[in-house]
Amino acid sequence: MEVTTKSMPYEAWKDNEYIENLVDELRAQGTNVLVGSLDKLINWGRSNSLWPLTFATSCCGIEFVSLGAARFDMARFGWEVARSSPRQADFIMVAGTIVNRMVPVFRRLYDQLAEPKYVIACGGCAISGGPFRKSYHVAKGIEDIVPVDVFVPGCPPCPEAMIYGIMQLSRKVKVERFFGGVNRQEKQKDFVDEHPMAKEAEKIINGD
Amino acid sequence: MATIKENIAARFPQATFEDADVLLINIPDEQLHDLAAALRDEYGYDYLITIVGVDRVQSLGAIYFLSSTATNQEISIQVATTDRENPALTSISDLWSIATIYEREIFDFYGIKFLNNQDMRRLFLSIDWVGYPLRKDYDNSPENNAPSTQNERQSDFTQVYTRREDGSIACEDRAVFQPDDFVVNIGPQHPATHGVLRFRTAIDGEIIKKIDVYMGYIHRGIEKLCENLTYPQTLHFTDRMDYFSAHNYHHGLCMCIERAAGIEVPRRAQVIRVIMDELSRIASHCLFFGTYCMDLGATTMLFYTLRVREQILDIMEKTCGARMTFNYDCIGGVMADLDPDFVKDVKALLATLPANLKEYNKLFVGNVIAEGRLEGMGVMSREHAIDWGVTGPSGRASGWACDVRKTHPYSVYPEVEFDEITMTEGDSMARFKCRMLEIEQSARIIEQLIDNIPEGDYLAKVPKVLKLPQGHWFQLVEGCRGVFGVYIESDGGTSPVRMKFVTPSLNLAAVTDSITSGNKIADLITIAGSLDYIVPDMDR
Repeated sequence: MEVTTKSMPYEAWKDNEYIENLVDELRAQGTNVLVGSLDKLINWGRSNSLWPLTFATSCCGIEFVSLGAARFDMARFGWEVARSSPRQADFIMVAGTIVNRMVPVFRRLYDQLAEPKYVIACGGCAISGGPFRKSYHVAKGIEDIVPVDVFVPGCPPCPEAMIYGIMQLSRKVKVERFFGGVNRQEKQKDFVDEHPMAKEAEKIINGD
Repeated sequence: MATIKENIAARFPQATFEDADVLLINIPDEQLHDLAAALRDEYGYDYLITIVGVDRVQSLGAIYFLSSTATNQEISIQVATTDRENPALTSISDLWSIATIYEREIFDFYGIKFLNNQDMRRLFLSIDWVGYPLRKDYDNSPENNAPSTQNERQSDFTQVYTRREDGSIACEDRAVFQPDDFVVNIGPQHPATHGVLRFRTAIDGEIIKKIDVYMGYIHRGIEKLCENLTYPQTLHFTDRMDYFSAHNYHHGLCMCIERAAGIEVPRRAQVIRVIMDELSRIASHCLFFGTYCMDLGATTMLFYTLRVREQILDIMEKTCGARMTFNYDCIGGVMADLDPDFVKDVKALLATLPANLKEYNKLFVGNVIAEGRLEGMGVMSREHAIDWGVTGPSGRASGWACDVRKTHPYSVYPEVEFDEITMTEGDSMARFKCRMLEIEQSARIIEQLIDNIPEGDYLAKVPKVLKLPQGHWFQLVEGCRGVFGVYIESDGGTSPVRMKFVTPSLNLAAVTDSITSGNKIADLITIAGSLDYIVPDMDR
């Protein structure tokens, strides 16, 4: 199965192997024709209207603004509805450095996103702390805080790279299992078990 | 200058003088307040540029940089305390309102308590933060202050420290808000705060009573990081503070280092730098129009203004190789020569610019809704602007001629003709129009230079291992949002002992409280937006 998005030939993608592994995983789980077709329909709709949360802390946010304007025009792909409330957004594009004071705020924003939710780590700071990695007040990458679906390197990544990143996300959405599959929640559980900071946040939500 | 020195020496016999590039007066803490008051009221040093905290291992201290708005002369005062356990200095926050914020910053970084400051909380770090990060003996082990997803502990109280008669220090807790205040939290995640800034807003019905500006959501500790890097390595951080003024900030830091190291910059590089500075200014103001109008509900304006911005970014990308964080100016000149198409592209931009500006004026400035929402909103007087150190277009809209390109001409600015735009209204509309007119002046500067870029080297010969002599230097430049300053202190090594960045956005955020009080909460977005602060610039 060749998973691709609008007007992008399959061969042009740089990391098809990863998506093929996801497809294999999906096949191995097995599902009946009816549910599978419904899955496909839902994923088609979802992957073509991913709504981002308006969230930016620094430089990358300005490139995100450019992405929304006429030249790069993310409306072509159905992502233009940037929501200011996490309740209405599908994914959070972490554009900029996350510092210690921002960590609890950011985690709460993530928790407020409605399922299914996705995270794109955009730029060096969000991936690893970037040029500020050695600072006393910077989180060394957001992967310790929330599970990340797509990484977009750059400082800041140019809008084209951001488009590629979000298209990659929509490809991932296309091979997701919706009915009967609780694999996303399971992944969340694994993530929480592995990362102490996420576990802490989980405890707060559950009121322990 | 000599007479001031003599007068002060006569009045304050304990003062000692140091002739650095800015005259430095060393004074014991007890006389600091009197000296500062005398300098402000009698000698006209009415603008407090910044307060730089320093750690000299055997002592902790602060350097106050003052400037006169009439003569544009600078002077600095230094005080120090040898008590590292419980350091305290006298506050001057009753003389300058902005000193409240500056002193809070130093308290946050060095733990120096300022006596009689009415609001002595930490500024960027949480109240549970262990240690003072800019002290030389700060323990940066990760287990000390690890990031946590637990909500940070917050207090509704601030502290006021005073000295008792027996010399000990008394601490009094004081509530930030009144018990019956209704406090609305705006930010840190809010589309109209332009980043992660938080306003704790006390309102009475719809009327704003007080705003407590809560910063630090993007405090990245740049000044501390610089202390462990060599001078050429420190440059790239200036791109990431105010990312719209990347060229201007780079220019400032490079100039400061070049002056200290005695490096002569080739003329070609100087002209290129100034053209780049002015192009950034146009791009920055264009984005301001777009996002500001979007905040006010006029979303389409963004598409119009980004058209010009993208055109400028294309020009920059061709020469610098990046759209935003250029890292183009380097010590001794610029990183690479101009792109062969540069002159042609810039001329094409200048040809279309007047038509674009006319369009913006037609679309927005003359619009009845815009007039109704902006005029008379958030009025700031000239004195108010100086008191809070509000520079840049926001200060000039209040009638304060604070443009560093005119007050302390640097690079090739003295040779070009341009007007400094000042207005008298001081409201949001004036701040908006001031930027519009500044674009025209920037275009005028570029027009004069673009045909006269001299041939020659674009980079001077700079030693591979750059060491600055012992001493300290202070340099001001005009960023897109106001005065940007660099303070470098060197012990003769390859990396600075102290590097301080004076950023305009801190003042712009700090003044929000006093100019919004009494207005409707809906106008908070209008007023704060018109100041055009950049959050990573204030937090650093």
